[in-house]
Amino acid sequence: MIFSMSMSFDWIPSPLTSVSSPHSSKLAGRLWLEANLPLSTEETADLIEKGLLTRVPALESNWWGRRCRRCGNTTERLIVPWPCGCGQTCHYCRSCIEMGRISSCTSFLLWTGADPDWHQHVDACAWTGQLTPFQQQGADRIVDTVENQGRLLVWAVCGAGKTEMLFPGLERALALGRRICLATPRSDVVRELKPRLQQAFPHVDIAALYGGSDDVDDGAQFIIATTHQLLKYARAFDMMIIDEVDAFPYHSDPKLHFAAARSLKRHASLIYLTATPRFSLKASSYLKKLPTVFVPERYHGHPLPVPRFLAAFDTKASFPKNQLPKTFNDWLHQKKNEKRRVIVFVPTIKMAETLAAILDGAVYVHSEDAERKEKVQQFRDKEISLLITTTILERGVTFPSIDVAVIDAGHLVFDEAALVQIAGRAGRSAADPYGDVVFFHSGKSSAMVRAREAIQDMNRRARKEKR
Amino acid sequence: MHCLWCDEEQVPEVVWTTVLAPRKEKVVCEACASQFSVLQGSQCPRCARPMEKAEICSDCIRWQEQSAALKRNVSVYEYNNWMKDVIAKWKYRGDYVLVGLFKDQIVSSFTHAFPSKEAFLVPIPLSEERLAERGFNQALAIAECLDLPIEQALSRINSEKQSKKTRADRMRSTNPFQVILPIKQPVILVDDIYTTGRTLQFAAEALVREGCPRVEAFTLVRG
Repeated sequence: MIFSMSMSFDWIPSPLTSVSSPHSSKLAGRLWLEANLPLSTEETADLIEKGLLTRVPALESNWWGRRCRRCGNTTERLIVPWPCGCGQTCHYCRSCIEMGRISSCTSFLLWTGADPDWHQHVDACAWTGQLTPFQQQGADRIVDTVENQGRLLVWAVCGAGKTEMLFPGLERALALGRRICLATPRSDVVRELKPRLQQAFPHVDIAALYGGSDDVDDGAQFIIATTHQLLKYARAFDMMIIDEVDAFPYHSDPKLHFAAARSLKRHASLIYLTATPRFSLKASSYLKKLPTVFVPERYHGHPLPVPRFLAAFDTKASFPKNQLPKTFNDWLHQKKNEKRRVIVFVPTIKMAETLAAILDGAVYVHSEDAERKEKVQQFRDKEISLLITTTILERGVTFPSIDVAVIDAGHLVFDEAALVQIAGRAGRSAADPYGDVVFFHSGKSSAMVRAREAIQDMNRRARKEKR
Repeated sequence: MHCLWCDEEQVPEVVWTTVLAPRKEKVVCEACASQFSVLQGSQCPRCARPMEKAEICSDCIRWQEQSAALKRNVSVYEYNNWMKDVIAKWKYRGDYVLVGLFKDQIVSSFTHAFPSKEAFLVPIPLSEERLAERGFNQALAIAECLDLPIEQALSRINSEKQSKKTRADRMRSTNPFQVILPIKQPVILVDDIYTTGRTLQFAAEALVREGCPRVEAFTLVRG
C-alpha cells in the first residue's frame, strides 16, 4: 500500500484551454521553476497570458504545517524561516534544495494548455525473441493492466527475464499513444536498460535520465529514469513501471514515493517489478488489494539455486589473525581447483579490505569506489576470477557462471531481500544454470532461513504450475 | 537535535554531569564537525595564508607596492574540499540556515583577532542582480553573527562573478565599489572567501578614499 499515504494533488490544475503549442510535449507534466524553463522571458510571459502556463505556489501552508510540493517534505526542522529576498520572512524547504530553493514566495509554472498528443506507434517492438510460458503469463497480465489502467505487482524471480516480459505491454501502451516512464532507484540499471530498450523500440524517442546524464527530457514519449528524477514531474505519465521497487533508496524514502505518486496521471497504469517485495507490497498482494502475477521460474527453465548454510564460528576470531575461516578457506580451495569463478559478499567495506589483504590483493568493490565500473567489467570479462563486494552488487548485475559466497551472512545488512537477491546472482546463464550458493555464518539468522524458504517456495511454485 | 549538515539525529551521551546540568546541544554532529579545518599555526600576518614561518607572504609584498588600503585579513577556516561543498550548498544553492554551522567559530575567531569593539562591520555587497538570484548576501549573514554595528556602506556596480575569473583577469578589473555612506571610523570588512584579496582591496581603497582611517578584513575562508 505504498501510495496509500494521504497525498492530495488537487493543487495541480487541469488544462484551462484546449489551445496547444509546439512546446506542449516539452513543457507538460513538469514542475517548472521560472529559472529552469527552456523559454525566453517573452515566450514565458506570452504563454502565461494565454493560460498555457499557470503559476501555482510551490510550498503549501496547512493548518497542520507546511508541505513542499516538490518533495512532499513536511518535517518542521527542514522547512525553516529565513529573511527572504522578497522582503518578507519566508520559509524554504531544505530537503530538496539541491534542485533549487523553494521558498514560500516561489511558484511553479505548470502546463495548462491542451494535453500533448503522443504518437501512436504501430508495431513498435522490433524484438523477435520468444517468451517462455511463464514470461508470457506475466506479459499478458501487463498488457491487461495497460489496457484497463490498473495496478499490478510482477513478482518475478531473479533472472526471470523481466525486461523482455515488459515488451508486449510497452508495445501496447505505445500503440495507444501513451506516455511511459520506467523508473528505478539505481542509475546503473538506467544505463543498462537504455540501449536494450532502444534496440527493442528503435523508432521511439527514449530519454535516459539520472543525476549527471547526457540525455535531457525534450518531450520524449518514453523515459527511463532514476526515481529521483520523478521529483521534477507532475501528472506526466500514463504508464509507470517501477523496477526494483524494494531497492534502496526508493523503498525507504518518502520523498520518492510522493514524487512517483504525483508523476502519474489521474488515470494511469502502475506496474511494480521485483523479486523480493517488502512487507507492505506483500501484504497488499496477499489481501488481494494489489493484483499480482508470479513468474516463479527463470527464463532458462531451471530452478533457482538454493543456498547452503555452512557454519563458520571462527569468522570473528580469524580475520584479526589474518586467517580465513576454515570452512570458507576449504570452499575457496575447492573452487580454485574446479576453476570456478567466485563472488564473495561481505557485510562491511572494512571487511572487504581485510579479506582482500588476506587473499593477497584480491579485487574488491564498494559504493564509494571510483573504479567500481571498471572492476565489475573486469570480472565480467573473466580477467579476474574472484571479486569481493559489499551489498552494492546484490542486484541488477549479471555474471555468467559464477559461484556465490556470503561471509557473516547473519549480519544485519543481509536482510531477507538482500540474501534472495544475492543467491539470485548464481546460475543465470542457460549454458550453466546451476551455481553453488553458500551462506557462511556464525549462528544463522531468521533472515537467512526466510530467504532460503522464499527461494524453495518459488521453486515449488514453478514445479507445480508447470504440471 | 539533528545535525544541521547531515540531519542525523544526535543522541547525547548520558554521564553523571548530565544529571546536574543539562548539556548544551550541539548544532553539528561530531563526524561533520571534524571535517571543518580551522586555520591554525603560522600564517601570513597580513592575509592569513598558511605559511611555514609567520612572515609576510610574496602576494602581500606585491600588494604593499600597489595599495596599502587593506591593513590585514583574518580568516576562520581553511578551504578544503569539505568546505567547498558546504559553501556551495550555503551560498549557491541558497541554504541560508547553514550559517549556523560556523556561528560559534566565527564569534570565537573574531573576538580573538579583534579584541577591541571600536569598529564598524561593512559586509561586501552583492550586485542587485546577484542578490535577486541568491535571495541573501552571505557576507551580511556572517556579519550578523557578530555583535558589532553593521553598516552597509558600499554598493557594487558590475556583476561579474569573481569565482569565474582567472587571477590575471581579477587583477586587471576596475574597482566595482562605490561608497554610499562614508565612515570616518575604523572598519572591518566582512566577506565569505579571501582568494587573491582583489575584492577586499578594492573595497578598502574605496572606503579610504572617502576618509576611513583604517580598514581590516574578516573572512570565513582563506582560499
